[in-house]
Amino acid sequence: MRSHGGYPEVSEQPWKSGASAPRLRALTGPGFSPGCPRGLKASFPRIRNAALEGPLFHGCVRRTARILTVWLSVSVFASWATAQVTFERLVNSGKEPQNWMTYSGDYTGKRFSGLDQINLTNARTMVAKWVYQTAATGKLETTPLVVDGIMYATAQDDRAFALDARTGRPIWMYQRPLPGDIRPCCGRVNRGLAILGDKVFLGTLDAHVIALDAKTGAVVWDVAAVDYRTGNSFTVAPLAVKNLVVIGVSGGEYGVRGFIDAYDADTGERKWRFYTVPGPGEPGHDTWEGESWKTGGAPAWNTGTYDAVTNQIFWPTGNPAPSNRGEGRAGDNLYSNSLLALNADTGKMNWYFQFTKHDEHDWDATQVPVMIEAGGKHLIAQADRNGFFYVLDRTSGKLISANAFGKVTWSDTKDAEGRPLAKKEASPTLEGHTVCPGAAGTTNFMAPTYDPQTALFYVTARDQCDTFSTAPQPYEAGHAYYGSAYFPSEEAEPYRGFLKAIDPATGEIKWKFEHPSPTWSGVLSTAGGLVFTGDAEGNFIAFDASAGKPLWHFQMGGAVYAAPMAFAVDGKEYVAIAAGSAVYAFGLP
Amino acid sequence: MPLMEQKTRVAERRLRWRAPVAFGWAVWLATLLVATASRADDRNPLAGDAKAAKAGEYEFRINCALCHGLGARGGGRGPDLTRAVKKHTHSDAEMFQVISNGIPGTAMPANGTNGQGVGMTDEEIWQIITYIRSQEVKAPAAAVGNAARGKDLFYSDANCSLCHMVEGRGGRLGPELTGVGGSRTREAIIDSVRNPSRRLAWGLTEATKEFPQEYESVTVVTADGKQIKGVTLNEDSFSVQIMDAGEHIHLLEKDKLRSFQKSRQSAMPVYGTDTLSDKELADIVAYLSSVGAK
Repeated sequence: MRSHGGYPEVSEQPWKSGASAPRLRALTGPGFSPGCPRGLKASFPRIRNAALEGPLFHGCVRRTARILTVWLSVSVFASWATAQVTFERLVNSGKEPQNWMTYSGDYTGKRFSGLDQINLTNARTMVAKWVYQTAATGKLETTPLVVDGIMYATAQDDRAFALDARTGRPIWMYQRPLPGDIRPCCGRVNRGLAILGDKVFLGTLDAHVIALDAKTGAVVWDVAAVDYRTGNSFTVAPLAVKNLVVIGVSGGEYGVRGFIDAYDADTGERKWRFYTVPGPGEPGHDTWEGESWKTGGAPAWNTGTYDAVTNQIFWPTGNPAPSNRGEGRAGDNLYSNSLLALNADTGKMNWYFQFTKHDEHDWDATQVPVMIEAGGKHLIAQADRNGFFYVLDRTSGKLISANAFGKVTWSDTKDAEGRPLAKKEASPTLEGHTVCPGAAGTTNFMAPTYDPQTALFYVTARDQCDTFSTAPQPYEAGHAYYGSAYFPSEEAEPYRGFLKAIDPATGEIKWKFEHPSPTWSGVLSTAGGLVFTGDAEGNFIAFDASAGKPLWHFQMGGAVYAAPMAFAVDGKEYVAIAAGSAVYAFGLP
Repeated sequence: MPLMEQKTRVAERRLRWRAPVAFGWAVWLATLLVATASRADDRNPLAGDAKAAKAGEYEFRINCALCHGLGARGGGRGPDLTRAVKKHTHSDAEMFQVISNGIPGTAMPANGTNGQGVGMTDEEIWQIITYIRSQEVKAPAAAVGNAARGKDLFYSDANCSLCHMVEGRGGRLGPELTGVGGSRTREAIIDSVRNPSRRLAWGLTEATKEFPQEYESVTVVTADGKQIKGVTLNEDSFSVQIMDAGEHIHLLEKDKLRSFQKSRQSAMPVYGTDTLSDKELADIVAYLSSVGAK
């Protein structure tokens, strides 16, 4: 058995590794004794709340106050320490499944919760616990974070807020004063925060990175990453790694030059920048025709993952610009539509894998890359917008398999490595040419999940074909730069939307559930044997992860564009998701 | 307190105290009104500019053609914009407003809010208006068909009004058609009569949902064996709302049904030339156009 890039030797594991998956049955919340001094054994935020809510009005008041004082004086330091989100806590997030501390729940991108209080036997009894109305309009794409009983989430126009995760009551609210001429692509959206130390981090639509005090929402530092007026913005949830805040830019529709940045979490000082379009003299620069690299796009607008063993950040990139017209940018257009492996300390690239070369269909590869351990191998899997499910060796970036997971017409051959190759006739034409998937892709930014118990990868998918026609467009800074238009294909079948369970070992679809119309909801799996997703009709649905049978649903009254997450407070599990203009939390009665 | 009221009270107070100041306010308000009015009359700065029209053509393809069709001649979803007389807009300034803000109660979205793609800049909107103006057919097409006869057919022999309502008269099972003559091309209306299943009409459009509900046909058998046929008013994974031919609304939970079958065969019968001649259909379209133009 070979050792892989610094990983410890691992014994050969079967793909079906349910037995080896940690089954975190016990919730780690402190076991409270019922009665009045309940709050006293709790963590710091709870104590704080107990004090604010005024325990002095309770029957057991004096005693409580006395104990509270003593308790606070002896343990405030310890409590404070646990309230800090350290890098070590993020690396070992599996040890505290009650918390959800990164966009995907952990560094691997699995969006799998170790909580199993809500499970196959009781899921059908779930009820709504609270609803938080954000007062924003449009699409909510946020994945909330929960740390030690406090939820942190975002809404349109760069709102951020902290809630009591048990009740949904706000603790603080922040809204970025945005200039009037920001240039968002697809709604004034934000996908969430990162947390590290005592700060949360927000990327803004005017292309700033800001740090907010996690306790008050006050701005600690504010850094302009790039000029927003040329089409740059941030919509992504940043990823905190070591003492860095890693973030990728949006703006593939405006012909920006994409990049991934890392900022010092304490000061906001930029530590490194990786341009996703190489400049003159850099490897890959020759994959761009003439000056086209300057407006080459390749944004990085979805949150990547991190491998602590090899200290590598895996971050996916988006479409080359103009998105739907390849004329004028002949070549592969590196590193558009690629998965990048970057050294976390330096931002230097270790390897890349390009999913769609010289893309002309807007197939951003900005899907969460999910780290999977299987068969003794250290893998990374990505269900790509171009309709193929790719599995790579994440030590080398070498392709292991690529299988279609939806309706695909753009490719019917593979190269020697097994990479799907585009047919010549798939290119857009002046009159229009129908290609599947359409511009929205077989999947898109909606977060997938990998459940180590079922060893299945669950992803929101759609079958949709579009007619792509060219519309030559000169580049003008700050203006839309597509180069083409696409329409629903008149001849094709109506769009269909699914939740699909893929076996990463074979690419086989183990089960699928068809929605009445395609959804933009992400997916969550839990140790309770459940998979959760939302739909365009406003339902939040719990499925049996093995069989794909819906067990429970709740009508939230607004379409879902966000991904669910799970957390626990006071020993009670909750599952939360944003829909319409609100954040919802569900639990057992 | 509403802002206007507040302002008025402030003005009143000042009038009592200092009439000359009030006069100054009045002059200022009048100036403001004149300024606003002249802004509403703003002409397209790019009017008649051929280069702007060309840029507008591509902008139109990217942003508008999805519903309004290539060449602005209308698709199955949006009105033909080559007509000189439009329902919601007359001046360039009105057109600018409609493109910027959308039309409430219709599928026309505000600029940049359809969730996909980039909002247009003011300049790009003017380019599109320039393009649309360049495509307009100045003289209305010669009237085809007899609207009076079309109205008779609609309400009698052709049986359209059994399912469709126009100006408050008719049925409720199919789409309401009062505005259809103004919002769909002649070709689109003819196609939807000759091939009703080719492209199902859009029904309920929910605010944040990507796709509107379509007029799909549905047949269900309830737990007690009752068969219901109708069209879907709305549907999700767990429930369906149906209107049957008798215009009864059925609210059903899918897991309580014995069977649930949906079809993209429109509930509307196919009107071939044997049942409705080209001339008769032209009369009906003339009737719908005359109503839609109001």
